[in-house]
This record gives sequence, structure tokens and C-alpha cells, in this order.
Amino acid sequence: MRLTCPLCGERDRREFYYQGEAVALHRPAPDAGEDAWEAYLHLRENPAGLRRDLWHHEAGCGAWLVVTRNTSTHEVLDVVMAQDERAGA
Amino acid sequence: MRFSGWRVLREGLSGNKGWTPQWRDPEPKAEYDVIIIGGGGHGLSTAYYLARHHGITNVAVLEKGYIGSGNIGRNTTIVRANYYLPGNSEFYSHSLRLWEGLEAELNYNVMHSQRGIINLFHSDGQRDAFVRRGNAMHAQGDDAVLLDREGVRSYLPYLDFDNTRFPIYGGLLHPRGGSARHDAVAWGYARGADARGVDLVQNCEVTGIDIEGGVVKGVQTSRGAIKARQVAIVTAGRSGQVAALAGMRLPIESHVLQAFVTEGLKPCIDHVISFGMGHFYISQSDKGGLVFGGDLDFYASYAQRGNLPMAEHVMEAGMTLMPMIGKARVLRSWGGIMDMTPDGSPIIDKTDTDGLFVDCGWCYGGFKAVPASGYALAHLMATGEPHETARGFRLNRFRDGRGLMDEEGTGAQHNLH
Repeated sequence: MRLTCPLCGERDRREFYYQGEAVALHRPAPDAGEDAWEAYLHLRENPAGLRRDLWHHEAGCGAWLVVTRNTSTHEVLDVVMAQDERAGA
Repeated sequence: MRFSGWRVLREGLSGNKGWTPQWRDPEPKAEYDVIIIGGGGHGLSTAYYLARHHGITNVAVLEKGYIGSGNIGRNTTIVRANYYLPGNSEFYSHSLRLWEGLEAELNYNVMHSQRGIINLFHSDGQRDAFVRRGNAMHAQGDDAVLLDREGVRSYLPYLDFDNTRFPIYGGLLHPRGGSARHDAVAWGYARGADARGVDLVQNCEVTGIDIEGGVVKGVQTSRGAIKARQVAIVTAGRSGQVAALAGMRLPIESHVLQAFVTEGLKPCIDHVISFGMGHFYISQSDKGGLVFGGDLDFYASYAQRGNLPMAEHVMEAGMTLMPMIGKARVLRSWGGIMDMTPDGSPIIDKTDTDGLFVDCGWCYGGFKAVPASGYALAHLMATGEPHETARGFRLNRFRDGRGLMDEEGTGAQHNLH
């Protein structure tokens, strides 16, 4: 599996650290309540198919990336900067 | 039909014409007391113990493919009870005791081989940790023997003891640990459950779970609707999808774990060897293949295959530990789908829906748990109370933070186990 970093181009999977589902972009408010925090920290859609992950280009430029992948085929459909994703959200 | 040495001899002399199918192939009925979704090891053992210990025989096991086509046929067959934390240790201890009586119980040869597991350590600090773990295992009533360097050498002379990065200081031997034949465990439980009246319905995919007023009423399947008073989701690897049919989200992310097997070789590895620092473990199957694996690929996947970086890492770890493995040729590799929970421990519990149960989150340790998992889930479904060995496996433990069982001590977070 190779990921195309928007800053560095196509790179080996080993340069990236996987953080998990891209929920971190939607962190609840501190007082959002137990349900919101339980959902944010632990509960997952876990789809077989398209999903969005958060990856860190740890051994490259250091950017946080939102990667749209197919978990059934390992196909990578889209990689965008997390900061852009967040600004647009 | 009972199996025995005499029977094998008689069939051998009469052209093997007397063997009959091991279980029926029934049409699903319109209604059951209990439906178990998933005909893998855990689902089949649950059905078996429901019938065996609780007299509940109006049970259907619904399997999307064929019996044993999921993770029960895709693992590396290690059976052990060397867990450290309360909550886990009594459960796996119970499971190992069930394993030890399983062949007599099922009248089925599951090829359970207690060849011993050796966990290697490479520093004084690691030795202290293993002494502590060994003491915990003793306190649980299981066995553990601390081996020094020469002790390990007497069992495993072919290891690279003077490796620069990971010199071998010793190992913790768990003599009752070992391996078993993975398919046979599914087949043995399937046969035992079928003989007690359980319907094993294959090629029957559950497409919906019927819930009315917070109470489960049955399931929709590719072979029609089936009513039931109780439904258990026992589909580790696919737990998220099946739970979604009931409108639930689980604290689970599915990851891929790769395994490898070499061509058949003459007997050379007599034990299960675990090289934790290299994320590598290995044993030799009865056919002679070296069966080995490593850690997760560490990204969510349902592809049942991994990527080359982890394959390369596992090979490197194997060469680091035992350079002789370089002579062996890898025959094939595969990936299993792991239900990963935030703390690395499983879930056997009720849900917020009356009559709906989950048995999931087995991470990469589900095979050894097959007997005790079914035992505990059957107990929970029949009595309404968790079995004493599985009280800790609560679905809500992440929410309230109590009783987390994090063997690795890395924190209850999704991408860390």
C-alpha cells in the first residue's frame, strides 16, 4: 500500500503512522456529555468498504492526512491535508 | 457414530464405506428459542454448551458460508493460558482446562498437543516482568517455569543466543501450552451440537435483526425470516457489520493480521516459541510446515490479506531469532480479520436490546478461547448472569473506564493493540 502525500508525493506505507478513523477532526466539546465522548473515543462504524482514516506522515513532512480508503480492497481513493479538511468542515 | 481405534480399524478393513456425514444439513425452521449468528468456533461451542449444560436444544447456528470458513480456519492454532491480569487469567485458565478434556468430551480428535510455549526475554527488566507473570500464572493454578539462558538452550539450541540487539537471557516456559488442529475444533463442536439437536444452517446470511420495542424478535436471512427469543452475534471479524443490523456501534475496529507457513519439513521445532521483542512467534504443524506470524499490519482492513512491509518485518524477525529458518521456503501467507477492541480484551455481554447478546472483540487471541467463550456465552444466555470466568468482559467497560484489561499497558485506545 502506498499513500500519496499532498506535499511529498507517492510514498511507502512505512513512512506513515496510522491513527485510526478520522473522528479526531470532530472532537466533542469538554462538556458534551458521556455519550458524545464514548462515541468519539470508542464506538466505531468500522465499515467494510469506504472509510476515512487519519494518518501521520511521520517519516516525511510530518503532515496529518485524511485518507479515503476501501478497507475491502486496500484501494486508496483520496488523500487530503487534515488542516484543509478541518478548515472546510 | 462414535469414533474409536476399533472403528478406524474396522472401516479400514471394509473399504471405509461405513462413515456417515458428521452433521445434518437442515432447512431453517420458522422459529427457534435461540439463534446464533456465526458458525465459527465460538458460535459452535456456544450452541454445544447451550445443549450440553443448559438443555436448550431448539437452537439454530446461522452461517453465511460453510462451517469453519472464517477465522477458525485462518489462525495459527496456539492454545495457552499465560495471561497476567485478573479478568483475563481465570478465563483463559478455564479455557485451557476445557481444552484438556475436549477430545474425550467431544469424542473427536482435535489434535490438542501440549508441547509447551516458551516466551523469550532479552534483558533483566524483561526477566523481572516474566517472573511476575509466571507467579500470576501459578497463582491462577496454571504452570510456568522460568528458564535461564542455558535452560532455553537445552530446548532450543538453534536460536541465535548472542544476537547483538536481542541476546537471549532466558524464557518463561508454559508446559501446558501448545497447539491444536483448528478446523477439527469447529468440526468437533459442530458434530456435538448437531447430535444434541442443534440445527447448523449453512449458506444462510443474516441480513437484518428484528427488534420491536427494545426486544429482539428474530432475524431476516438470505433463506427467509426466522423468529427467536434470543439472538447472539458471534461473528468476530465482522462484528461491526452484524451489530449495525441491530442499530449498534461497537468499540471495535477490524484489522488484518498476517500468518505464514513454509513447505513441510522434518520435525525441528518441538515447541511454540514466542519472540515478543520481534513480534514473532512460530511452531511446527503436524504436517511439518513452520507456522509463524507477527503483529498486526496496523490499519483497518477486511481484505483478508496484508501488505509487504509486515511480511518483510516478520521474515526479518524470524531470521534474527533463528537464522536456520532462512533455509525454509515460504509456501503461502494469508490474513485474518481481527476484531480489535481499545484494550485488547474481548466482549461477552448482553446489549441494550432484550434478548440480544454479543460475543466479539477477540483481537488476535480468539482461537484458544473457543471452549471457554462458548461456555461463558451459553451460561449468560441460559441464566442471565455472566459466567464467573467472564465477568470482566463487559461491553460498557470503555464507557465507565472500570475493569479495563490492557495486558500490554499501552492504554485503551483503538490503534494501540
